[in-house]
Amino acid sequence: MRSLKLKAAVISLLLFLLFIGAWHMATLPKESTSLAGASAEYAALMGKGAEKSGGFPPPLEVGRAFVKYLADPVYDHGPNDKGIAIQLGHSLARVGLGFFLAVLVAVPLGFVIGMSPLLLRAFDPFIQVLKPISPLAWMPLALYTLKDSNVSGIFVIFICSIWPMLINTAFGVASVRRDWINVARTLEVNPLRLAFLVILPAAAPTILTGMRISMGIAWLVIVAAEMLVGGTGIGYFVWNEWNNLALPNVIFAITMIGVVGMLLDMIFGRLQQLVTYRE
Amino acid sequence: MSTHFLLVEALQKVYPAAGGGTNAPVFEDIHFHIDRGEFVCIVGHSGCGKTTILNVLAGLEEATSGDAFMDGREVRGPSLDRGVVFQSHALMPWMSVLGNVAFAVKSKWPEWSKEKVREHCTGYLEMVGLGAAIDKKPAELSGGMKQRVGIARAFAIQPKMLLLDEPFGALDALTRGTIQDELLKIVQATHQTVFMITHDVDEAILLADKILLMSNGPHAKIAEIVEVTMPRDRTRAGIHHDPQYYRIRNHLVDFLVNRSKTYAGAEAGMFHDPRNPPLVRPGLDGERAPVLALPTGMAAPQLKQVINN
Ligand SMILES: Nc1ncnc2c1ncn2[C@@H]1O[C@H](COP(=O)(O)OP(=O)(O)OP(=O)(O)O)[C@@H](O)[C@H]1O
Ligand SMILES: [Mg+2]
Repeated sequence: MRSLKLKAAVISLLLFLLFIGAWHMATLPKESTSLAGASAEYAALMGKGAEKSGGFPPPLEVGRAFVKYLADPVYDHGPNDKGIAIQLGHSLARVGLGFFLAVLVAVPLGFVIGMSPLLLRAFDPFIQVLKPISPLAWMPLALYTLKDSNVSGIFVIFICSIWPMLINTAFGVASVRRDWINVARTLEVNPLRLAFLVILPAAAPTILTGMRISMGIAWLVIVAAEMLVGGTGIGYFVWNEWNNLALPNVIFAITMIGVVGMLLDMIFGRLQQLVTYRE
Repeated sequence: MSTHFLLVEALQKVYPAAGGGTNAPVFEDIHFHIDRGEFVCIVGHSGCGKTTILNVLAGLEEATSGDAFMDGREVRGPSLDRGVVFQSHALMPWMSVLGNVAFAVKSKWPEWSKEKVREHCTGYLEMVGLGAAIDKKPAELSGGMKQRVGIARAFAIQPKMLLLDEPFGALDALTRGTIQDELLKIVQATHQTVFMITHDVDEAILLADKILLMSNGPHAKIAEIVEVTMPRDRTRAGIHHDPQYYRIRNHLVDFLVNRSKTYAGAEAGMFHDPRNPPLVRPGLDGERAPVLALPTGMAAPQLKQVINN
């Protein structure tokens, strides 16, 4: 088991080095390898020197961006120049707030819907229609009605996180084992205890799966939303650096998005483990 | 009204057919009664509706027609007065063994302190031999241990009546024997009123005062009521030495193998009054079946030692 982990880690490292190596080879300046010095000068004369700075950045250059941003993650030099931690913080705050509001709505509503076959059917058409709408499609409506780009961003997160949680909660609650409910009924357990001590723990693994999916989607969506509304956040950072044609910074930001997304997923994975029971 | 502790009258259950029409009733014309302190087993082939009857008594399901009364009051919905041990133990897997029993105890006595609840639960868990497994999760227990937790949970709320749905059905013979012994001891000590479903003829003879024999469904009925006439202080080891044991056993097996089909439906060409199913005592030798007044053209039921009351 241990050796398997170790082997996997070694292979991961090799793959990473292979990738960096290939990247390095692919972005080597062509002039210095195949062309004679005269041709290089000629190329420069013909204005092709610009191609070098506009070309795909080599790993070393990207590495420098990593060092630069990670060395000082919290500086704030005005609206267009903030440390990466601050940008990520803005994004996480939006995601957190939108997600939290979605939990507040989706879990109780899913609970009620899941308890009643009638409501489950009544709500179903709405859920089926609203679920497949791209959250960004709500943006114009949100901007128009909420009149605030920040709040609109949060709304978009809210609306995209709500469906997986709502559906999973309703499903989890609806499929709680009949036996457990019957035990509670024969004990004349009051509805509140039934909800919190039987149905909630029984459905918790399914509910948390929904939350995990929602969080994944929310993190996908926040980048796009911030690109649209601008101002702050990791999405805006990506967009801004693209406008500056600073590709190393874009690559750095992409990596950060991936890492944070992974961490978020890991947190929810842990929570899921906590509430999962073995039958 | 009668003075019987539990009274079941004209119970009938029809499940709606899948297509939307109506099925034949699973059972109909079910009449029986249980007195305080009595242990009654119900035996019948799979699918005749035993679980359904038990669920009606528990208040978990409604009969299509007919009534059940307990302690003079109509059974309407589940109640803490009736403890149920489910066919599939139905322990909550996220609670510990103690937690499962405590959940029941706190439901019955919400005002009790934590210590009192714990003490009470521990007592009942020790009674079923699980004193050492209190903090385990159900998933860490064997099938027999889980079933015993279910029994402890039902006993711990000290219900007026216990309803057991094949509580030992999923257990191996050895474990089953041990738990039967435990149940026997507890019941003999507490004079608990019990209604129990079983497929095991020996189990029924060991534990029951009366055994209700159900005919096959649909249109299942109570065919006979067998009184177990052996003395109440039975033990699993000693029961085989009683000559009554074999007579009762043969009677039950004969019913299940040969006769349970012939009671089905009104078309059965013999006299049988479901309101007053014959009470038989196959254990007693030499008691003769009384001659029943039969409507003309009907055959007498093939019963030994029938006593109608
Ligand atoms: N929810 C239901 N819908 C339709 N039919 C049902 C339902 N529940 C039970 N039945 C039918 O009612 C009949 C009696 O079922 P029940 O579970 O009471 O039988 P049982 O005597 O307990 O059988 P077993 O000994 O196998 O446990 C069966 O034929 C079954 O098909
Ligand atoms: Mg059954």
